[in-house]
Amino acid sequence: MMKKVYADNAATTRLCKPALDAMLPYLTNEYGNPSALHALGRYAKKAVEDARETTARSIGARPEELYFTSGGTEADNWAIQGAAELGKNTGRHILSTKIEHHAVLHPLRRLEKQGYEVTYLDVDPLGQIDLNALEKAIRDDTFLITVMAANNEIGTILPIAEIGHLAKEKGILFHTDAVQAIGHLPIDVEAMDIDLLSLAGHKFGGPKGVGALYIRQGIRLPSYIQGGGQERDLRSGTENVAGIVGLAAALATSVTNMKINTDKVSFLRNRLIEGLLEIPGSRLTGDPVQRLPGNASFIFEGAEGESMIMMLDLNGICASSGSACSSNSHESSHILRAIGIPQPLAHSSLRLSLNEENTIEDIDTILEKLPLILTRLRAISPVWGGYGRTFGT
Amino acid sequence: MFCEIFTDTVIEHFMCPRNAGSMTDADSEGSSGDPDCGDSLTIYLKVKDNVIEDISFMVFGCVAAVATSSMTTELAKGKTLEDASKVTDQDIVDALGGLPENKLHCSVLGESALKQAIQNYYAKKA
Repeated sequence: MMKKVYADNAATTRLCKPALDAMLPYLTNEYGNPSALHALGRYAKKAVEDARETTARSIGARPEELYFTSGGTEADNWAIQGAAELGKNTGRHILSTKIEHHAVLHPLRRLEKQGYEVTYLDVDPLGQIDLNALEKAIRDDTFLITVMAANNEIGTILPIAEIGHLAKEKGILFHTDAVQAIGHLPIDVEAMDIDLLSLAGHKFGGPKGVGALYIRQGIRLPSYIQGGGQERDLRSGTENVAGIVGLAAALATSVTNMKINTDKVSFLRNRLIEGLLEIPGSRLTGDPVQRLPGNASFIFEGAEGESMIMMLDLNGICASSGSACSSNSHESSHILRAIGIPQPLAHSSLRLSLNEENTIEDIDTILEKLPLILTRLRAISPVWGGYGRTFGT
Repeated sequence: MFCEIFTDTVIEHFMCPRNAGSMTDADSEGSSGDPDCGDSLTIYLKVKDNVIEDISFMVFGCVAAVATSSMTTELAKGKTLEDASKVTDQDIVDALGGLPENKLHCSVLGESALKQAIQNYYAKKA
Protein backbone atom coordinates (compact mmCIF):
# COMPACT_ATOMS: atom_id res chain seq x y z
CA MET A 1 0.00 0.00 0.00
CA MET A 2 1.29 3.42 -0.89
CA LYS A 3 2.11 5.83 1.89
CA LYS A 4 -0.67 8.33 2.40
CA VAL A 5 0.18 12.00 2.21
CA TYR A 6 -2.10 13.74 4.66
CA ALA A 7 -2.50 17.40 3.71
CA ASP A 8 -5.84 18.13 5.35
CA ASN A 9 -4.69 19.20 8.81
CA ALA A 10 -7.02 22.21 8.85
CA ALA A 11 -9.90 19.72 8.78
CA THR A 12 -8.46 17.59 11.54
CA THR A 13 -5.14 16.27 12.78
CA ARG A 14 -3.81 12.91 13.88
CA LEU A 15 -3.94 12.45 17.64
CA CYS A 16 -0.42 13.19 18.89
CA LYS A 17 1.46 10.69 21.05
CA PRO A 18 1.50 12.81 24.24
CA ALA A 19 -2.28 13.21 23.97
CA LEU A 20 -2.85 9.49 23.46
CA ASP A 21 -0.56 8.61 26.37
CA ALA A 22 -2.32 11.11 28.61
CA MET A 23 -5.76 9.83 27.61
CA LEU A 24 -5.27 6.08 27.87
CA PRO A 25 -5.64 5.79 31.66
CA TYR A 26 -8.99 7.59 31.47
CA LEU A 27 -10.22 5.24 28.76
CA THR A 28 -9.27 2.22 30.84
CA ASN A 29 -8.78 2.05 34.59
CA GLU A 30 -9.48 5.63 35.63
CA TYR A 31 -13.09 5.74 34.60
CA GLY A 32 -14.52 7.65 37.53
CA ASN A 33 -17.10 10.40 37.19
CA PRO A 34 -15.47 13.67 38.28
CA SER A 35 -18.61 14.51 40.27
CA ALA A 36 -18.32 11.33 42.36
CA LEU A 37 -16.96 11.63 45.88
CA HIS A 38 -14.96 8.38 45.94
CA ALA A 39 -11.33 7.96 44.98
CA LEU A 40 -11.96 7.16 41.30
CA GLY A 41 -14.12 10.25 41.02
CA ARG A 42 -11.62 12.48 42.80
CA TYR A 43 -8.82 11.25 40.56
CA ALA A 44 -10.86 12.07 37.45
CA LYS A 45 -11.75 15.46 38.88
CA LYS A 46 -8.10 16.24 39.49
CA ALA A 47 -7.27 15.26 35.92
CA VAL A 48 -9.91 17.63 34.56
CA GLU A 49 -8.76 20.49 36.79
CA ASP A 50 -5.10 19.96 35.89
CA ALA A 51 -6.09 19.99 32.22
CA ARG A 52 -8.05 23.20 32.76
CA GLU A 53 -5.00 24.81 34.34
CA THR A 54 -2.73 23.70 31.48
CA THR A 55 -5.15 24.81 28.78
CA ALA A 56 -5.88 28.16 30.41
CA ARG A 57 -2.17 28.95 30.90
CA SER A 58 -1.53 28.15 27.22
CA ILE A 59 -3.71 31.09 26.18
CA GLY A 60 -2.82 33.48 28.99
CA ALA A 61 -6.04 32.82 30.91
CA ARG A 62 -6.84 31.70 34.45
CA PRO A 63 -8.25 28.21 34.94
CA GLU A 64 -11.54 29.53 36.30
CA GLU A 65 -12.08 31.34 32.99
CA LEU A 66 -12.00 28.18 30.91
CA TYR A 67 -15.02 25.95 30.21
CA PHE A 68 -14.78 22.66 28.35
CA THR A 69 -17.29 21.99 25.58
CA SER A 70 -17.97 19.32 22.97
CA GLY A 71 -15.87 21.22 20.44
CA GLY A 72 -15.32 24.46 18.58
CA THR A 73 -18.84 24.63 17.17
CA GLU A 74 -20.43 24.44 20.61
CA ALA A 75 -18.03 27.06 21.93
CA ASP A 76 -18.93 29.42 19.05
CA ASN A 77 -22.67 28.83 19.44
CA TRP A 78 -22.48 29.35 23.18
CA ALA A 79 -20.40 32.53 22.91
CA ILE A 80 -22.72 34.14 20.39
CA GLN A 81 -26.07 33.07 21.80
CA GLY A 82 -24.86 33.80 25.32
CA ALA A 83 -23.56 37.24 24.40
CA ALA A 84 -26.85 38.04 22.68
CA GLU A 85 -28.78 37.03 25.79
CA LEU A 86 -26.43 39.13 27.89
CA GLY A 87 -26.66 42.14 25.57
CA LYS A 88 -30.35 42.09 24.77
CA ASN A 89 -31.22 44.93 27.15
CA THR A 90 -28.39 47.22 26.16
CA GLY A 91 -27.99 46.65 22.45
CA ARG A 92 -29.14 44.92 19.35
CA HIS A 93 -26.21 45.22 16.93
CA ILE A 94 -23.38 42.75 16.29
CA LEU A 95 -20.28 43.24 14.13
CA SER A 96 -18.70 40.33 12.30
CA THR A 97 -17.09 39.51 8.95
CA LYS A 98 -18.07 37.76 5.74
CA ILE A 99 -15.45 35.05 6.19
CA GLU A 100 -16.44 33.55 9.54
CA HIS A 101 -16.96 29.82 9.95
CA HIS A 102 -20.53 28.51 9.70
CA ALA A 103 -20.39 27.81 13.44
CA VAL A 104 -20.41 31.59 13.86
CA LEU A 105 -22.44 32.64 10.81
CA HIS A 106 -25.39 30.36 11.41
CA PRO A 107 -25.99 31.43 15.03
CA LEU A 108 -25.71 35.04 13.82
CA ARG A 109 -28.36 34.41 11.16
CA ARG A 110 -30.64 32.97 13.78
CA LEU A 111 -30.16 36.07 15.91
CA GLU A 112 -31.07 38.24 12.92
CA LYS A 113 -34.37 36.36 12.70
CA GLN A 114 -34.92 37.19 16.36
CA GLY A 115 -34.54 40.91 15.67
CA TYR A 116 -30.82 41.48 16.21
CA GLU A 117 -28.91 43.33 13.51
CA VAL A 118 -25.59 42.04 12.23
CA THR A 119 -23.05 43.86 10.07
CA TYR A 120 -20.83 41.46 8.13
CA LEU A 121 -17.70 43.40 7.26
CA ASP A 122 -16.21 43.04 3.79
CA VAL A 123 -12.70 41.72 3.41
CA ASP A 124 -10.09 42.66 0.84
CA PRO A 125 -8.77 40.19 -1.79
CA LEU A 126 -6.31 38.81 0.79
CA GLY A 127 -9.10 38.20 3.29
CA GLN A 128 -8.17 41.12 5.56
CA ILE A 129 -10.68 43.42 7.19
CA ASP A 130 -10.23 47.17 7.25
CA LEU A 131 -9.86 48.28 10.87
CA ASN A 132 -11.12 51.78 10.01
CA ALA A 133 -14.23 50.28 8.45
CA LEU A 134 -14.68 48.18 11.58
CA GLU A 135 -14.44 51.22 13.81
CA LYS A 136 -16.86 53.16 11.61
CA ALA A 137 -19.36 50.31 11.69
CA ILE A 138 -19.58 50.42 15.48
CA ARG A 139 -22.92 51.82 16.60
CA ASP A 140 -24.21 52.98 19.95
CA ASP A 141 -26.14 49.74 20.27
CA THR A 142 -23.26 47.43 19.21
CA PHE A 143 -22.74 44.94 22.03
CA LEU A 144 -20.62 42.24 20.37
CA ILE A 145 -17.78 41.99 17.88
CA THR A 146 -17.00 38.49 16.66
CA VAL A 147 -14.04 38.05 14.32
CA MET A 148 -12.06 34.88 13.70
CA ALA A 149 -8.36 34.72 14.58
CA ALA A 150 -7.41 32.94 11.37
CA ASN A 151 -9.42 31.72 8.42
CA ASN A 152 -9.94 27.99 7.92
CA GLU A 153 -9.95 28.01 4.11
CA ILE A 154 -7.47 30.64 3.01
CA GLY A 155 -5.31 30.82 6.13
CA THR A 156 -5.41 34.60 6.53
CA ILE A 157 -4.54 35.77 10.05
CA LEU A 158 -6.76 38.63 11.22
CA PRO A 159 -5.60 41.48 13.50
CA ILE A 160 -7.45 40.30 16.60
CA ALA A 161 -5.23 42.18 19.06
CA GLU A 162 -6.11 45.50 17.40
CA ILE A 163 -9.79 44.54 17.34
CA GLY A 164 -9.58 43.52 20.99
CA HIS A 165 -8.06 46.84 22.03
CA LEU A 166 -10.70 48.75 20.08
CA ALA A 167 -13.55 46.69 21.54
CA LYS A 168 -12.22 47.24 25.04
CA GLU A 169 -11.95 50.99 24.45
CA LYS A 170 -15.56 51.09 23.24
CA GLY A 171 -16.84 48.80 25.97
CA ILE A 172 -18.00 46.11 23.52
CA LEU A 173 -17.66 42.37 24.08
CA PHE A 174 -15.10 40.73 21.78
CA HIS A 175 -15.36 37.08 20.78
CA THR A 176 -12.87 35.33 18.54
CA ASP A 177 -13.22 31.94 16.89
CA ALA A 178 -9.60 30.85 17.34
CA VAL A 179 -10.15 27.24 16.29
CA GLN A 180 -7.58 27.41 13.47
CA ALA A 181 -5.12 29.56 15.40
CA ILE A 182 -4.78 27.87 18.79
CA GLY A 183 -1.69 25.68 18.99
CA HIS A 184 -0.29 27.27 15.83
CA LEU A 185 -0.06 30.97 16.66
CA PRO A 186 0.76 32.67 19.95
CA ILE A 187 -2.55 33.75 21.51
CA ASP A 188 -2.78 35.65 24.78
CA VAL A 189 -6.27 36.64 25.87
CA GLU A 190 -4.94 39.28 28.26
CA ALA A 191 -2.53 40.98 25.88
CA MET A 192 -5.06 40.81 23.04
CA ASP A 193 -8.05 41.99 25.13
CA ILE A 194 -10.15 38.99 24.15
CA ASP A 195 -13.37 38.48 26.14
CA LEU A 196 -14.55 35.19 24.65
CA LEU A 197 -12.47 32.68 22.72
CA SER A 198 -13.41 29.36 21.11
CA LEU A 199 -10.98 26.50 20.57
CA ALA A 200 -11.16 22.87 19.42
CA GLY A 201 -8.87 20.04 20.45
CA HIS A 202 -8.55 18.17 17.18
CA LYS A 203 -6.95 21.01 15.23
CA PHE A 204 -3.65 20.72 17.13
CA GLY A 205 -3.19 17.01 17.73
CA GLY A 206 -5.89 16.57 20.37
CA PRO A 207 -8.95 14.35 20.13
CA LYS A 208 -12.21 15.17 18.35
CA GLY A 209 -15.33 15.94 20.37
CA VAL A 210 -13.73 18.31 22.85
CA GLY A 211 -13.14 22.04 22.84
CA ALA A 212 -13.34 24.97 25.18
CA LEU A 213 -14.74 28.43 25.60
CA TYR A 214 -12.71 31.06 27.41
CA ILE A 215 -14.97 33.51 29.23
CA ARG A 216 -13.23 36.51 30.74
CA GLN A 217 -13.80 36.76 34.47
CA GLY A 218 -16.68 39.10 35.24
CA ILE A 219 -18.63 38.36 32.07
CA ARG A 220 -21.76 36.63 33.26
CA LEU A 221 -22.48 34.54 30.20
CA PRO A 222 -25.64 32.47 30.74
CA SER A 223 -25.37 28.69 30.93
CA TYR A 224 -25.50 26.77 27.68
CA ILE A 225 -26.54 23.28 28.71
CA GLN A 226 -28.54 22.84 31.90
CA GLY A 227 -28.35 19.83 34.14
CA GLY A 228 -26.05 18.58 36.84
CA GLY A 229 -24.12 21.80 37.17
CA GLN A 230 -20.73 20.79 35.80
CA GLU A 231 -18.30 23.44 34.51
CA ARG A 232 -19.21 25.88 37.27
CA ASP A 233 -22.89 25.43 36.50
CA LEU A 234 -22.54 26.87 32.99
CA ARG A 235 -22.15 23.76 30.88
CA SER A 236 -23.71 20.70 32.40
CA GLY A 237 -23.02 17.11 31.38
CA THR A 238 -20.52 14.59 32.68
CA GLU A 239 -17.08 15.73 31.59
CA ASN A 240 -15.35 14.09 28.64
CA VAL A 241 -12.43 13.30 30.94
CA ALA A 242 -10.17 11.53 28.45
CA GLY A 243 -10.94 14.14 25.79
CA ILE A 244 -10.21 17.04 28.12
CA VAL A 245 -6.94 15.47 29.28
CA GLY A 246 -5.97 14.80 25.66
CA LEU A 247 -6.77 18.37 24.59
CA ALA A 248 -4.59 19.78 27.35
CA ALA A 249 -1.68 17.44 26.60
CA ALA A 250 -1.83 18.25 22.88
CA LEU A 251 -2.03 21.98 23.50
CA ALA A 252 0.86 21.93 25.95
CA THR A 253 2.93 20.03 23.37
CA SER A 254 1.95 22.44 20.57
CA VAL A 255 2.75 25.51 22.63
CA THR A 256 6.11 24.12 23.78
CA ASN A 257 7.08 23.28 20.20
CA MET A 258 5.41 26.24 18.50
CA LYS A 259 8.56 27.99 17.34
CA ILE A 260 10.22 24.91 15.89
CA ASN A 261 6.97 23.65 14.36
CA THR A 262 6.22 27.02 12.78
CA ASP A 263 9.70 27.15 11.23
CA LYS A 264 9.42 23.63 9.85
CA VAL A 265 5.83 23.85 8.64
CA SER A 266 6.25 27.24 6.97
CA PHE A 267 9.37 25.98 5.22
CA LEU A 268 7.42 23.02 3.82
CA ARG A 269 4.43 25.22 3.06
CA ASN A 270 6.57 27.77 1.16
CA ARG A 271 8.21 25.03 -0.88
CA LEU A 272 4.75 23.73 -1.78
CA ILE A 273 3.39 27.16 -2.69
CA GLU A 274 6.43 28.07 -4.78
CA GLY A 275 6.25 24.77 -6.64
CA LEU A 276 2.53 24.91 -7.33
CA LEU A 277 2.51 28.54 -8.41
CA GLU A 278 4.75 27.53 -11.31
CA ILE A 279 1.74 25.75 -12.80
CA PRO A 280 0.04 27.99 -15.37
CA GLY A 281 -3.42 29.17 -14.34
CA SER A 282 -2.73 28.82 -10.63
CA ARG A 283 -3.06 31.42 -7.93
CA LEU A 284 -2.68 31.54 -4.18
CA THR A 285 -5.72 32.49 -2.12
CA GLY A 286 -5.38 34.33 1.19
CA ASP A 287 -2.72 36.59 2.61
CA PRO A 288 0.79 35.56 1.53
CA VAL A 289 2.37 37.06 4.67
CA GLN A 290 -0.22 37.11 7.46
CA ARG A 291 -0.90 33.43 6.97
CA LEU A 292 -1.27 30.28 9.08
CA PRO A 293 2.00 28.32 8.86
CA GLY A 294 0.32 25.21 7.45
CA ASN A 295 -2.10 26.70 4.95
CA ALA A 296 -1.53 26.45 1.21
CA SER A 297 -4.74 27.25 -0.66
CA PHE A 298 -5.14 27.80 -4.37
CA ILE A 299 -7.32 28.28 -7.37
CA PHE A 300 -6.42 26.07 -10.32
CA GLU A 301 -8.30 27.40 -13.32
CA GLY A 302 -10.19 24.89 -15.41
CA ALA A 303 -10.13 22.05 -12.86
CA GLU A 304 -13.12 21.39 -10.62
CA GLY A 305 -12.50 21.02 -6.89
CA GLU A 306 -14.12 17.69 -6.16
CA SER A 307 -12.50 16.09 -9.20
CA MET A 308 -9.09 17.31 -8.02
CA ILE A 309 -9.73 15.86 -4.55
CA MET A 310 -10.76 12.52 -6.05
CA MET A 311 -7.73 12.21 -8.30
CA LEU A 312 -5.43 13.24 -5.44
CA ASP A 313 -7.14 10.67 -3.22
CA LEU A 314 -6.57 7.93 -5.79
CA ASN A 315 -2.93 8.99 -5.69
CA GLY A 316 -2.85 8.67 -1.89
CA ILE A 317 -3.03 12.40 -1.16
CA CYS A 318 -5.67 13.81 1.22
CA ALA A 319 -6.68 17.41 0.51
CA SER A 320 -9.87 19.46 0.50
CA SER A 321 -11.74 22.02 -1.55
CA GLY A 322 -14.15 24.87 -0.91
CA SER A 323 -16.29 23.55 -3.72
CA ALA A 324 -19.02 21.09 -2.86
CA CYS A 325 -21.33 19.48 -5.36
CA SER A 326 -24.45 18.13 -3.74
CA SER A 327 -28.10 17.80 -4.56
CA ASN A 328 -29.57 20.79 -6.35
CA SER A 329 -26.92 23.23 -5.32
CA HIS A 330 -23.32 23.70 -6.23
CA GLU A 331 -22.37 25.79 -3.27
CA SER A 332 -19.15 27.62 -3.73
CA SER A 333 -17.46 28.79 -0.59
CA HIS A 334 -18.72 32.03 0.97
CA ILE A 335 -15.12 32.79 1.86
CA LEU A 336 -13.91 32.64 -1.74
CA ARG A 337 -16.86 34.79 -2.78
CA ALA A 338 -15.97 37.31 -0.06
CA ILE A 339 -12.40 37.68 -1.34
CA GLY A 340 -13.77 38.35 -4.81
CA ILE A 341 -13.02 35.07 -6.58
CA PRO A 342 -15.41 35.08 -9.55
CA GLN A 343 -17.44 32.09 -10.69
CA PRO A 344 -16.55 29.57 -12.00
CA LEU A 345 -13.09 29.94 -10.42
CA ALA A 346 -14.59 29.51 -6.96
CA HIS A 347 -15.33 25.91 -7.97
CA SER A 348 -11.65 25.38 -8.72
CA SER A 349 -10.25 25.76 -5.21
CA LEU A 350 -7.89 23.38 -3.48
CA ARG A 351 -6.64 23.56 0.10
CA LEU A 352 -3.55 21.70 1.22
CA SER A 353 -3.01 22.09 4.95
CA LEU A 354 0.17 20.88 6.58
CA ASN A 355 1.42 20.35 10.09
CA GLU A 356 4.59 19.21 11.81
CA GLU A 357 3.97 15.58 10.84
CA ASN A 358 4.43 16.33 7.14
CA THR A 359 7.77 15.69 5.50
CA ILE A 360 9.66 17.06 2.55
CA GLU A 361 8.84 13.81 0.74
CA ASP A 362 5.14 14.63 1.17
CA ILE A 363 5.67 17.98 -0.50
CA ASP A 364 7.63 16.46 -3.35
CA THR A 365 4.92 13.84 -3.89
CA ILE A 366 2.27 16.56 -4.17
CA LEU A 367 4.51 18.59 -6.49
CA GLU A 368 4.95 15.52 -8.67
CA LYS A 369 1.33 14.34 -8.79
CA LEU A 370 -0.78 17.48 -8.80
CA PRO A 371 0.49 18.95 -12.12
CA LEU A 372 -0.32 15.64 -13.86
CA ILE A 373 -3.80 15.66 -12.34
CA LEU A 374 -4.40 19.22 -13.49
CA THR A 375 -3.26 18.37 -16.99
CA ARG A 376 -5.73 15.50 -17.14
CA LEU A 377 -8.69 17.50 -15.82
CA ARG A 378 -7.92 20.53 -17.95
CA ALA A 379 -7.63 18.40 -21.07
CA ILE A 380 -11.36 17.66 -20.88
CA SER A 381 -12.42 21.00 -19.42
CA PRO A 382 -14.59 23.32 -21.52
CA VAL A 383 -13.59 26.23 -19.30
CA TRP A 384 -9.86 25.78 -19.76
CA GLY A 385 -8.66 27.36 -22.95
CA GLY A 386 -4.95 27.19 -23.02
CA TYR A 387 -3.61 23.69 -23.09
CA GLY A 388 -3.92 20.26 -24.68
CA ARG A 389 -7.43 19.24 -25.50
CA THR A 390 -7.15 15.58 -26.25
CA PHE A 391 -7.42 13.42 -23.24
CA GLY A 392 -4.80 10.78 -22.56
CA THR A 393 -2.27 11.88 -25.12
CA MET B 1 -13.60 7.89 0.93
CA PHE B 2 -14.83 8.22 -2.64
CA CYS B 3 -14.47 4.54 -3.39
CA GLU B 4 -16.98 3.82 -0.66
CA ILE B 5 -19.63 6.13 -2.07
CA PHE B 6 -19.16 5.50 -5.81
CA THR B 7 -19.41 2.24 -7.76
CA ASP B 8 -16.32 0.84 -9.46
CA THR B 9 -17.89 1.78 -12.81
CA VAL B 10 -18.20 5.42 -11.75
CA ILE B 11 -14.59 5.51 -10.58
CA GLU B 12 -13.40 3.84 -13.73
CA HIS B 13 -15.26 6.26 -16.02
CA PHE B 14 -13.98 9.16 -13.93
CA MET B 15 -10.37 8.05 -14.15
CA CYS B 16 -10.57 6.87 -17.79
CA PRO B 17 -13.37 8.79 -19.44
CA ARG B 18 -14.47 7.46 -22.85
CA ASN B 19 -14.74 9.78 -25.84
CA ALA B 20 -13.28 12.73 -23.96
CA GLY B 21 -12.07 15.74 -25.90
CA SER B 22 -13.45 18.32 -28.27
CA MET B 23 -14.29 17.70 -31.94
CA THR B 24 -13.27 20.29 -34.48
CA ASP B 25 -15.37 18.88 -37.34
CA ALA B 26 -18.53 18.11 -35.36
CA ASP B 27 -21.87 18.19 -37.14
CA SER B 28 -23.52 19.44 -34.00
CA GLU B 29 -22.92 20.22 -30.37
CA GLY B 30 -25.07 20.67 -27.30
CA SER B 31 -24.35 22.02 -23.85
CA SER B 32 -25.92 21.90 -20.45
CA GLY B 33 -25.09 23.12 -16.99
CA ASP B 34 -23.39 26.36 -16.15
CA PRO B 35 -19.71 26.68 -15.28
CA ASP B 36 -20.66 29.40 -12.79
CA CYS B 37 -22.67 26.80 -10.90
CA GLY B 38 -19.82 24.31 -10.87
CA ASP B 39 -20.70 22.02 -13.77
CA SER B 40 -20.76 22.37 -17.50
CA LEU B 41 -20.92 19.75 -20.24
CA THR B 42 -20.62 20.03 -24.01
CA ILE B 43 -21.32 17.02 -26.24
CA TYR B 44 -20.14 16.91 -29.86
CA LEU B 45 -21.77 14.72 -32.55
CA LYS B 46 -20.61 13.39 -35.88
CA VAL B 47 -23.65 12.03 -37.70
CA LYS B 48 -23.84 9.83 -40.80
CA ASP B 49 -27.09 8.44 -42.22
CA ASN B 50 -28.93 9.47 -39.08
CA VAL B 51 -26.55 7.42 -36.92
CA ILE B 52 -24.20 8.89 -34.31
CA GLU B 53 -20.95 7.82 -35.86
CA ASP B 54 -18.71 9.64 -33.43
CA ILE B 55 -19.31 11.48 -30.20
CA SER B 56 -17.13 13.33 -27.70
CA PHE B 57 -17.45 15.60 -24.71
CA MET B 58 -15.77 18.27 -22.63
CA VAL B 59 -16.75 18.61 -18.99
CA PHE B 60 -16.06 20.81 -15.98
CA GLY B 61 -17.58 19.21 -12.93
CA CYS B 62 -17.42 16.79 -10.07
CA VAL B 63 -16.64 13.08 -10.13
CA ALA B 64 -20.24 12.11 -10.93
CA ALA B 65 -20.45 14.74 -13.67
CA VAL B 66 -17.34 13.37 -15.40
CA ALA B 67 -18.54 9.77 -15.11
CA THR B 68 -22.07 10.50 -16.35
CA SER B 69 -20.69 12.49 -19.29
CA SER B 70 -18.48 9.58 -20.26
CA MET B 71 -21.31 7.05 -19.88
CA THR B 72 -23.74 9.23 -21.84
CA THR B 73 -21.44 9.19 -24.84
CA GLU B 74 -20.99 5.43 -24.55
CA LEU B 75 -24.76 4.91 -24.52
CA ALA B 76 -25.35 7.18 -27.50
CA LYS B 77 -22.48 6.08 -29.72
CA GLY B 78 -23.60 4.04 -32.74
CA LYS B 79 -27.28 4.67 -32.08
CA THR B 80 -29.68 6.36 -34.48
CA LEU B 81 -30.53 9.91 -33.50
CA GLU B 82 -34.03 8.75 -32.64
CA ASP B 83 -32.80 6.00 -30.31
CA ALA B 84 -30.15 8.25 -28.78
CA SER B 85 -32.72 10.90 -27.96
CA LYS B 86 -34.53 8.30 -25.87
CA VAL B 87 -31.57 7.88 -23.50
CA THR B 88 -32.74 9.03 -20.07
CA ASP B 89 -30.89 10.11 -16.97
CA GLN B 90 -32.08 6.87 -15.35
CA ASP B 91 -30.44 4.83 -18.15
CA ILE B 92 -27.19 6.66 -17.45
CA VAL B 93 -27.42 6.07 -13.69
CA ASP B 94 -28.26 2.40 -14.24
CA ALA B 95 -25.33 1.94 -16.62
CA LEU B 96 -23.04 3.39 -13.95
CA GLY B 97 -24.40 0.93 -11.41
CA GLY B 98 -26.06 3.75 -9.47
CA LEU B 99 -25.07 7.12 -8.05
CA PRO B 100 -25.33 8.43 -4.49
CA GLU B 101 -28.63 10.21 -3.83
CA ASN B 102 -27.08 13.67 -3.71
CA LYS B 103 -25.32 13.11 -7.04
CA LEU B 104 -28.33 11.94 -9.05
CA HIS B 105 -28.78 15.42 -10.47
CA CYS B 106 -25.45 15.06 -12.29
CA SER B 107 -26.96 12.44 -14.62
CA VAL B 108 -29.47 15.02 -15.86
CA LEU B 109 -26.50 16.96 -17.23
CA GLY B 110 -25.69 14.09 -19.62
CA GLU B 111 -29.21 13.57 -20.83
CA SER B 112 -29.88 17.24 -21.49
CA ALA B 113 -26.58 17.93 -23.29
CA LEU B 114 -27.17 14.92 -25.55
CA LYS B 115 -30.76 15.96 -26.32
CA GLN B 116 -29.56 19.49 -27.01
CA ALA B 117 -26.91 18.25 -29.44
CA ILE B 118 -29.48 16.12 -31.30
CA GLN B 119 -31.96 19.01 -31.45
CA ASN B 120 -29.27 21.32 -32.75
CA TYR B 121 -28.44 18.77 -35.43
CA TYR B 122 -32.05 18.65 -36.62
CA ALA B 123 -32.31 22.43 -36.47
CA LYS B 124 -29.18 22.79 -38.59
CA LYS B 125 -30.45 20.33 -41.16
CA ALA B 126 -33.89 21.83 -41.42
